[in-house]
Formats: sequence, structure tokens, C-alpha cells
Amino acid sequence: MNRFLLPLSIFIVVVVFLGIGLKLNPREIPSPLVGKAAPDFSQPQLFEPAKVFSPADMKGKVWLLNFWASWCSGCKTEHPVLMDLAKSGEVPIYGMDYKDQRDEAMTWLSRWGNPYPIVGVDDAGRVGINYGVYGVPETYVIDKQGVIQYKQIGPLDPETVEKKIIPLVKQLEAQ
Amino acid sequence: MNIQWIALIVVLFLSGPVWAGEARPLADDPASEARLKHLAVELRCLVCQNQTLADSNAPLAEDLRREVREMIAKNMSDQEIIEFLTARYGDFVLYRPPLKATTTLLWVGPFVLVIVGATALIITLRRRAGKVIDVPVTEDEHRRVEQLLAEGVKRP
Amino acid sequence: MIPEIGHFALILALCVAVVQGILPIYGAAVGNSALMAVAKPAARGQFLLVLTAFGCLAYAFAEKDFSVLYVAATSNSQLPLHYRLAAIWGAHEGSLLLWTLILTIWMFAVTLFSAHLPESTRSRILGVMGLVSIGFLLFMLTVSNPFERLIPAAAEGRDLNPLLQDPGMVIHPPMLYMGYVGFSVAFAFAIAALLGGNLDAAWARWSRPWTTVAWCFLTVGIAMGSGWAYYELGWGGWWFWDPVENASFMPWLAGTALVHSLAVTDKRGGFKVWTVLLAIMAFSLSLLGTFLVRSGVLTSVHAFATDPKRGMFILAFLAIVIGGSLALYAWRAPRVGLGGSFAAMSREGMLLANNVLLVAAMGSVLLGTLYPLFLDALDLGKISVGPPYFDSVFVPLMAPAVFLMGVGPLAQWKKASLPDLAKRLKWAFGVSVITAIVLPLVMGTWTPLLSLGLLLAIWIATTSVVTLRERLTHVAGNSLGERLASVPRSYWGMLVAHCGIAVFIVGVTMVKGFETEKDVRMNVGETATIGDYLFRFDGAQDVVGPNYTAARGSFSVSRDGRETTVLYPEKRRYTAQNQVMTEAAIDPGLLRDLYVSLGEPLDDGAWSVRLYHKPFVDWIWGGCFIMALGGVLAISDRRYRIAWRRQEPAVPAATRAARRKVA
Repeated sequence: MNRFLLPLSIFIVVVVFLGIGLKLNPREIPSPLVGKAAPDFSQPQLFEPAKVFSPADMKGKVWLLNFWASWCSGCKTEHPVLMDLAKSGEVPIYGMDYKDQRDEAMTWLSRWGNPYPIVGVDDAGRVGINYGVYGVPETYVIDKQGVIQYKQIGPLDPETVEKKIIPLVKQLEAQ
Repeated sequence: MNIQWIALIVVLFLSGPVWAGEARPLADDPASEARLKHLAVELRCLVCQNQTLADSNAPLAEDLRREVREMIAKNMSDQEIIEFLTARYGDFVLYRPPLKATTTLLWVGPFVLVIVGATALIITLRRRAGKVIDVPVTEDEHRRVEQLLAEGVKRP
Repeated sequence: MIPEIGHFALILALCVAVVQGILPIYGAAVGNSALMAVAKPAARGQFLLVLTAFGCLAYAFAEKDFSVLYVAATSNSQLPLHYRLAAIWGAHEGSLLLWTLILTIWMFAVTLFSAHLPESTRSRILGVMGLVSIGFLLFMLTVSNPFERLIPAAAEGRDLNPLLQDPGMVIHPPMLYMGYVGFSVAFAFAIAALLGGNLDAAWARWSRPWTTVAWCFLTVGIAMGSGWAYYELGWGGWWFWDPVENASFMPWLAGTALVHSLAVTDKRGGFKVWTVLLAIMAFSLSLLGTFLVRSGVLTSVHAFATDPKRGMFILAFLAIVIGGSLALYAWRAPRVGLGGSFAAMSREGMLLANNVLLVAAMGSVLLGTLYPLFLDALDLGKISVGPPYFDSVFVPLMAPAVFLMGVGPLAQWKKASLPDLAKRLKWAFGVSVITAIVLPLVMGTWTPLLSLGLLLAIWIATTSVVTLRERLTHVAGNSLGERLASVPRSYWGMLVAHCGIAVFIVGVTMVKGFETEKDVRMNVGETATIGDYLFRFDGAQDVVGPNYTAARGSFSVSRDGRETTVLYPEKRRYTAQNQVMTEAAIDPGLLRDLYVSLGEPLDDGAWSVRLYHKPFVDWIWGGCFIMALGGVLAISDRRYRIAWRRQEPAVPAATRAARRKVA
């Protein structure tokens, strides 16, 4: 009797996994850098090219690093959320302009608003690669020791900001 | 003056389609390009996720190929290049799943399946040989079979 | 108006399917002839209704009716008629309608060719097929309606994906579906046998032709998909172990195992329970394939637009149909009697060893395809499983199966003698090994895989010769011609199908071992050499097609100074969606393919060009077609032709009872 139930039992296990699979996104690539030190970089700034922006400058602060570009439609969707978050003053958001044209980026920011105190320029995409960026926008929450604590793949929405980002930032501030 | 004209004509002649030149390889360094290809066919493009890094035309794929070329130029080993990529993108970028605790079942599974199947087959055959007793067919039954077969032939 | 008629036809078809699914099966259970007789007209009625619906959708496409959402999404006024019609199955909803239509075609075929079956069996078979069609019709009518209207109508359609605008699109999906869906007949036979409790060798004999026909279609369908990818995608690959490719390959593996297992059950009455399970598995894998392609659970280049609601529906359908059949199996199978016994070393034993290997291969493909999903569901990380895995796992599993292919036909039924087999095969073995080792050296490269591939292919060829020779000595007839003619077609079918595999293996081995590729930048007039062939780039011109503009390159190919051909690869831009596509130019040949594809335009009229020389690549698909030909030969065997001609009536009860006693 047992061996005749084997095919059915195996099938039930497979169906359960397939059911769970319907809720997952096979295209999303979680970052192996969460919990590791944020990779170093030293990029020129967008508005003041002579100056340099580096994560070392941010030691002791909890901050967000947002990869964006003027050609990216998801960044446009996310922008109001970033503006609100920047206004609230909960956490500073620093930008990294990914594979973009300088003037187009500056025009874009002056048109839609600039939530970033500083914007770095990554025109070759190397910083992106070091951070495991595979699309824009992507946002990293980095703590006082310079360790990546969370990665948001795709645009930020108000719910994620409220439920995940702000509590996490508060927790990291307290450390 | 004449010589110069003749030389000019000869040069023009030689540079026309009549003189076929050998096409240059697209890559600057075919040897390292071959190494890139060897690595890139086993890497997954993260944007066009159904293509290898070798075949994809996505901008990120071109950037990653450039990175790999630079690593090859620095004489990094295959293992080091793979580690560079998996440190940033995870195991997702490898089409050949690395052998780890989580993938043991994957790599061992097929062979386990064969062994289990073969064992089950042999055990079943042995068990059956014990159970099935060849029943001798009696004369009566032989006649009955022949009668039934004859009936079957008669039917249209 | 017409789309509404089509929609209504589907609703009616659903009602008929419900009747067809319930009444005959109930009738067979209680022995009510009137209820059982409902099956045949219901099946035929369903066929006509679904055909009507399909016709309505075809009409909408032909007439460019962009008020139908599906037509607007997959067609375009510039699209030529044949592609407009092929677009019917270009996306999710329409391909479901095609699936259902083909299911009703098979139902109709069953009503035509089942006069020799007992009524209860036939009604159960049609009933089961009706139950399956309920699922598909319900799916279409609830979440995937091909007749949904778009109000206001679109001015212009979005166009069929340029990748699909190709003759391959016209034939590949219908062939594939004929195969997938055809396994539903074998499935229905199996369920009918479990329901009726009369699992005897006759069931296997009846199932065989249906299974073989479905298998032939699936073989051709997969081969066409592979060939199409080869010339359409522009990078010369022909199999990528993509989840959807695997989804079609797994039923094929199960189907091949089933065809062999049915032979054992038919001839010797053994392993009925295993054969039934295989029949259930083959169709279940077809259904699983349908789920994988449409649910978004796996990323694939083939995946239709995905929607979790649709995924849930198909999963529920899968759970009911497959779960139900496996539950029925668990309940009824233990009661089935054993057939004749046989030793482990015998033809039956080898056929079953073949089954073990094929099913293990199928299981491995399933494991590899679903593994990333397993790990992700258990939150153990995200991995990719691609060709390196499948290639490393598949070849070691299949090599022994191919080896057995040579031995099996020579082994005696019931009990075979190993020393005797070894003696009969030693010539074949010797020739194979020596040729496999020497040939690559003669050709210039030697690798273990190359040798292994050649060994397996030559082994099949030599053992086929040995098998045929032995068969000819046991057959009546004076001349060789007479004796060859009296070998039954099914035997030829086996030999041809096995030789098809040999041809396939030669193709794969030679291409992998000897193909060469060159990536060059070519200015007008420059040449490149690959293989023994000289390619000269004669420039590119702009051309205009029905719904695209293109840059067409011209390459003159010559060998030893003699002109071979001129190739015209194109880089097309399809106007509707502004999509760029590479159309490679191929010069096919018996012994090699020459393949050119344009890369990017560079400065001053030069282009980056990729050239391939692929020896024996057409043997890959040639081998598949030969395999399918073997299947066709097997079905055209005398015993089936006589059965069809004579239309034997149902087996009378007395004879059935006597059979059961004697068996």
C-alpha cells in the first residue's frame, strides 16, 4: 500500500512548492552584500565635479544611497517618495547618478526637485557593479559603521518606507 | 610625373574591391576574448535573464563583459573572476550551480534516482519471481482456448 | 457579432463537456448503456463547438478586428495573412483555445477508431477527456477569454512579436500541442482501466498506437522548436535547457519510456501497474508544462504574459486532475494482478532498465528546472540552474540507455543468456570501439566526449545491422527482398527510430566537437575564412519588408576558388513596436551549415559579423524526423491496419471472462 501512495505524496509536495512559487518573483536577485561593508568608491559630485563623494565621509551616520538615472521611468515614480522622505529629515538620502549624462541629470533634478544633499556620478557603471546593481532605481540603507543593512530593489513606495526603512533607520540610529 | 600617375593608379587599383583584405577580428585580443567567451557562456545575464552573458546585448551585460576582460588582462584566475561576480550578485549569476550544502540534493539527485530505480526494479523482479507460479495449463483448458479462438475467427 | 458567437460556442462546449465528463463514466460504473452512449455524440458535438469558436477567432484575425482585445494585442494591419492566422496561438488566450481544439480533435479521433473497444472502456475514456476539457474551457471562460472585447476598438494592433513572425510559428505550436494533448488519450486509457478494474494486456495493445502517434507529433514539435531557435535567434544555439524547453522534453522522456513499457505489457502482460503510472505521468508532465509556461513561476524566454490569478487556476486544475488520478492509482493499483514473470536478464528486464534510466533522466530535468524555485521557497537563496548542469547530468544517464538500445532487441523474452548476447555482439562492439577511437584522430581532434558520442552512434548502427541480420535468418522467404518484405513494419519502426537516435547523436557530437565561430569586423570587400570556406562581404543595402525595414548584407561564399553560395543576413527593425531583430542567413548542407549573422554597423560601412561553420548540425533535426518516421512505420503495422479495416466489434463478455481466467 505504501509504495502506491508514493507518487501522490511526491506530487503533493511539488504542488505545495509550486503554490509558494506563485507568490515569489523569480526575477528578483537579493543582494549578497547585505550585512557586509559597503564597497568603497570615490566619485566626482554632480553639481561640484571638483569635489569627491565617498562612503568614508559618511562614517558615523545612518544614510541611504539611491542609484537613479534621468532615463529611468521607475526613478520618476519613486521620486515623490524620496522628496517626502528627504523633507521629513528622518534619514539623509545620497544619490548616485548611474550611467547618465551630467546635464540631463541636473536638468531632471531641477525640474522634479532634488532630495539629495550630494549626488555622486557613476558614468561607467562601475560603482553600480560593485554594489550589485542590476537595474535602477535601487536603494541601500547603510549604518554608522558603513555596513549595508538593507537593499530595496526597484522603486520605493510609501508603505515600504513607513514599514521597513524608517523603523530600520531608527533602530540603527539607536546603536 | 608619369611614374607618379602610374603609382597612383596602381595604388587605387590595389585598394579597390578587387584586392580582398582579410577581415580583422572584432576583439582586440583574440586569446583573452576566447577566455572571456569560455567564462561568459556559463554566466547569466541579470537583465535578460534567459541569455548568457556571452550572448546578451543588455548594457549591463556589456559592462560586465568589460569588467571580465579587465580582470583577464590582470591575469586573474577563473575562480577569482567568478568570486568577484558572486560576491556582488550572488550565485544567481552562475549557470553551473556551485556545489554547496543547499545544492547537494541537486547534484546528487539524478544518480540517487537511478540507483533507487534500479534497486526497486531488481527487488520487484526478485519478489515477483517468488510470487508468480507458472500454472500448468490442463488439456481441458487447451480445448476451451481453441474453441474460443475458433469462435473469434468466425465473427465478421 | 462573430466573436460573440465564438464566445457562446465555448459556453455551449463547456456544458457539453460537463455532460460528457459525468454521464458516461457514471453509466459505465452502473452498466447503463444509454448513459454510456452519450459519450460519442457529446465528444463529436464538443469538437464542432470548439472548432466553431476557433473559426470565429480566426475570422477576427483575418478581418483585422481590433475590437477584440486579443487580436489587438497580437496582430497588426501590416501583418501578412499567414502570420495573422498563426498569431491566433501567439499568446496565452489563443494558445489555450488551440490546446482545447486539439483536445477535441483527439476526442473525435477516439470516437472514430474505438469500435473495437468495449463500450464501458470507450465511455470512460471519452469521459475522462471530457473532464480534462472542462478544466480548459472553464479556464478560458473565467480568466483567459480570447473573445474579450476592447471598447473602443484599437486603431492599430500591437503586432505579433517579431520573433514569432516566421514559418516555424505556423507549425511548431500545433505539432507540439498535438503531442502534449495526444498523451491525454493514453492517460484516459489508463484512468479508464483503473476505473473499470480490468487492467489486462488488451488495454496495453489498445493504448499503443495512440501513444505512438502522440509521441511522433511531440518529437517533431520539439525538433521544430529547436530548429526554429537555431535559425531565428541568431546565435546558432539549438537547445538551451530553458524551463519551457524542459517542459516539453519531460513528457517526451516519459512518453518514450511509456512506449517501451507498453511493449512489455502488451507482449507479456507484465508491469501493468508501472505502465499505468507512466501514462499518468506523461500527461501530468504535459499539464505541468502548461502551468510552468503561464504562471510566472519560472523565468523563461517562452513564457506567456503571466498573471498570478491564472497561475492559481491552473495549479488548482493540476492538483485536481493529477492528484485525483494518482489517488485513483493508489487505490486501485494494488488490486491489479501480476503478469507473466521474467528474469532480470531478459528483454523485459532491459526494457524496464531503459525505463529506469529514462524516468531518472526525466526526474533530473524536473529537479533542475524546479530547484531554484525550491530553494527560493525555503528562503535558502537564489540560484540558477542552466545548461552546464543539465549537460553534465543528462549525458551520463542517457549513455547507458543508448548502450542498452543495442542489446535489448537481441535479448530473448523471459530469460536471456548474457554470454550468448556477448558472443553475438562482440563484432559490433569491437567495430564501434575501434572506430570511435580512431575516427576523431583522423579528423584532427580527440576528446573523450567526442569519442563517446561516436561510440554510441556507431554502436546503435552496428547492433541494428546485427539485429536485422538475425531477424532475417528467422523469417520465411527465398530471396533477400522477400525476407526483407516479410519483416513486420513495427520491427522496421523500431530499427528506424533507433537509427534516428544514432543520427541525432552524430549531429550533436560533431557540432559540439568541431564547430567553429568567428567574430570579425568586415569592411566592404574584406574576407574571412572559416572551415574551408571564404566569406566575402559585398556590402549592405536597405530593404523594406511588409512590416519592417532592414539592412541586408550580402556575403559571397566560396571554397577552393569555386563559388558556393551568396548569403543575405538582415538586421530588421519592425515598425509597430520598433523592435530590432537579427535574421541570420544559413546555407544548410548535409555535412555542414554555414551561418552568418550581422552584428552592429560600425563606421564607414563596416559591420561586425559573426560567422559559424557547423558540421553535421542538420543531423540533429534529421535524426528527430527519422525517429518520428520510425514511429509512423510502427503504427502502420499490419495488425493495426487490419483492425481498422475490419472494425472488430466489442469483445463479448464470455470471452473476456475466459481471458481473465487464463491470463
